[in-house]
Amino acid sequence: MKTLDVLLGEIELFHELDPKHIEFLAGCASNVIFQAGELVIKEGAPAKHFFIIRHGTVSVDIHDPRRGYLRLLTVSENEVLGWSWMFPPYRSRFDARAQSLVRAVALDGACIRQKCEDDQVFGYHFYKLFSRVLIHRLEAARMQMANVYG
Amino acid sequence: MAYLLENNDFEVLLTTLQTQGYTVIGPVQRDHTIVYDEVRAVEDLPAGWTDAQAPGSYRLSDQGDGALFGYTVGPHSWKRYLYPASVRLWQAQRQNGTFTVAEDTPKPSKLAFLGMRPCDLQAVALHDRIFMESEFADPFYRAQRQQALFIVVNCTRAGGTCFCASMDTGPRAKTGFDLSLTEIVTDDRHYFILESDSRRGKRLLDALPVRPAEAGEVAVAEERLAAAAASMGRTLDTEHLKERLESSIEHAHWEDVSRRCLTCGNCTMVCPTCFCTTIEDYTDLSGEHAERWRKWDSCFTMEFSYIHGGSVRYSPRARYRQWLMHKLATWVDQFGSFGCVGCGRCITWCPVGIDLTEEARMLTSKEKAR
Amino acid sequence: MRTTPFRLKRVIKETFDTFTVELESTNGHTLSFEPGQFNMLYIFGVGEIPISISGDPFSPEILHHTTRVVGTVTKAMRRLTAGETIGVRGPFGSSWSVEAARGYDVVLVAGGIGLAPLRPVLYHVLMRREEYGKIVLLYGTRSPDDILFRKELEQWRARFDLDVHVTVDYGDEKWHGNVGVVTKLIPKAPFDPLHTMAMVCGPEVMMRFSAAELLKRGVPADNIHVSMERNMKCAVGLCGHCQFSSYFVCKDGPVFRYSQIQQPLAQWEV
Repeated sequence: MKTLDVLLGEIELFHELDPKHIEFLAGCASNVIFQAGELVIKEGAPAKHFFIIRHGTVSVDIHDPRRGYLRLLTVSENEVLGWSWMFPPYRSRFDARAQSLVRAVALDGACIRQKCEDDQVFGYHFYKLFSRVLIHRLEAARMQMANVYG
Repeated sequence: MAYLLENNDFEVLLTTLQTQGYTVIGPVQRDHTIVYDEVRAVEDLPAGWTDAQAPGSYRLSDQGDGALFGYTVGPHSWKRYLYPASVRLWQAQRQNGTFTVAEDTPKPSKLAFLGMRPCDLQAVALHDRIFMESEFADPFYRAQRQQALFIVVNCTRAGGTCFCASMDTGPRAKTGFDLSLTEIVTDDRHYFILESDSRRGKRLLDALPVRPAEAGEVAVAEERLAAAAASMGRTLDTEHLKERLESSIEHAHWEDVSRRCLTCGNCTMVCPTCFCTTIEDYTDLSGEHAERWRKWDSCFTMEFSYIHGGSVRYSPRARYRQWLMHKLATWVDQFGSFGCVGCGRCITWCPVGIDLTEEARMLTSKEKAR
Repeated sequence: MRTTPFRLKRVIKETFDTFTVELESTNGHTLSFEPGQFNMLYIFGVGEIPISISGDPFSPEILHHTTRVVGTVTKAMRRLTAGETIGVRGPFGSSWSVEAARGYDVVLVAGGIGLAPLRPVLYHVLMRREEYGKIVLLYGTRSPDDILFRKELEQWRARFDLDVHVTVDYGDEKWHGNVGVVTKLIPKAPFDPLHTMAMVCGPEVMMRFSAAELLKRGVPADNIHVSMERNMKCAVGLCGHCQFSSYFVCKDGPVFRYSQIQQPLAQWEV
């Protein structure tokens, strides 16, 4: 059974972080498991956690009354799920559902926010690597919007 | 070896060609323009006429000197005959649940092109490269080309819009013709200096009442040809032109010219080297008989670059750029030379007077470059 | 320029707007082809269009052509029934470098209908499996309903010597696979960038972005191939319609090395 900071250290996303920052993060982290079909994030619910998927696939969905669930994206190993914890009102904008057995590291949003305030060097490094994730997501989303297969 | 033919004997050239079975195509005056059509007698030629050409302007006037070839080029080029505007490729007939295809075979005519200008001769050479030397030769072009006799008339007078000297295609034809003529009209004399460059040309020459030209007579011709070369209305700097245009592919000036260009396609119709065509499939009302035709086309149309969803070259800017870049840059990659022979037709017949020598100069200038 | 009548053996409805025609010769002569080449298909009296050959190059007795319904000719073709005739002229064009790829990992990145011109490559490399390293197929399309050759994809996916990853731009609640752009599959795909031949086919935008991801992973531009599409009439480099910078897509392409066309691909309306 690995300790959390070992697990966090294995996550590709955090490879750039200082070991002492990883230790810092571990303080906000916990191991979670979701069964296939389980709702990981509910639209509108408080965004308490964000997740780094270690195993399995989670879909990001919007529910449309006419068309049912629209699957907009799937995230899997080493990918981040959830960013509504970053800014008020800290409420999730989308549903996320486990498509298989999912093992993830859950990071407590409020805990991370506090740590970023308390140690701004840590905060800068953390937000820097998180921004890169968001940029890639936005680029990919634009490609999807372009409807190239139209 | 240069020979001399007196103007009074010019008729013999025509009758000899006719006796040899040729239909003579040459310059005639029609609708205030000099076009190419059948010439049956010397009287059909536009004797004494000259042209004044400028961007978007073409005017004929009577010089009254009796010169048979005192003008340069009109809207027609020899592609009308070698690469006609409409050619049927095959016919198909439905039968027994399938169909049979009967390809059309070339039916060339024995044509003598009288009055080809050196620039136009070079245009034909460019087409030879495309239609006879590629992996998929055009049998119609090849057949008609082999049955065509070229009688070039060198230019002793530069046209208002042409620039053959810059393109190294004139004003005199160096090779590739059957017979070449240089017309000299002075106060008291009217004669032609003749040269042959092929067996057919030599045979024709031998049948004419010519005598070897005297040094003095040849000298007058040389002088006038040199004067024509020195008095070109336009120039085009062809040094590294392909590379200079390639590095100007996003130049601000393309926007300028596209505001003037109507994308009417006149330039592509009158250009002697433009060769784009389209394939059209037809059927009759019964649906039992179908035909495939090849027709002249122009890169200026929206349909030209259409693929499902839209045209790749949607804007006039892109279409003008395609035409210019093809003529002066990509043609070099494709066929080893420029696609422009400096005849000036596109400048004369453009309704808004766009001058490609001017546009090329602006596009490769350092000012306003992006 | 003559077209040869072929008999329509079968029309397969692949998706709601995509279909495959299976053609066989009526005069006993088999038309052999290289993966990536196309034929000009003629519907009597209606017109002629270029369609990539999407079948097995080792079994050319039946020629497969897969296309979307996008215009008059494809609409007319879709309405034909078995036994009717389609005119065939070809094959034309350059082909995917299946020979040069021997000894390399082969990565196929397909977008939408782009899977069709790549399917012959897959048949070829699977027939000669021992000549190639890893074989990876990355396929992206708009939605689960648009997945082409679904049964075959499932069969390929079940093999142990082939990696198949499928993604859609958006899914519905019945879809439990990947959702996201196909380029997203490239960074994690199992191949060695330094010993890979990549073949990319799909909408031009998708090919541009896929090539960028492949380059980012370290695949040399010379080893990335794309298949271009332009308006075609004669298919033999004489009508001028298919020009793309200095190239005639019908005879210099449709398959190009990315390094060859990187520049014009980055220029708009060329």
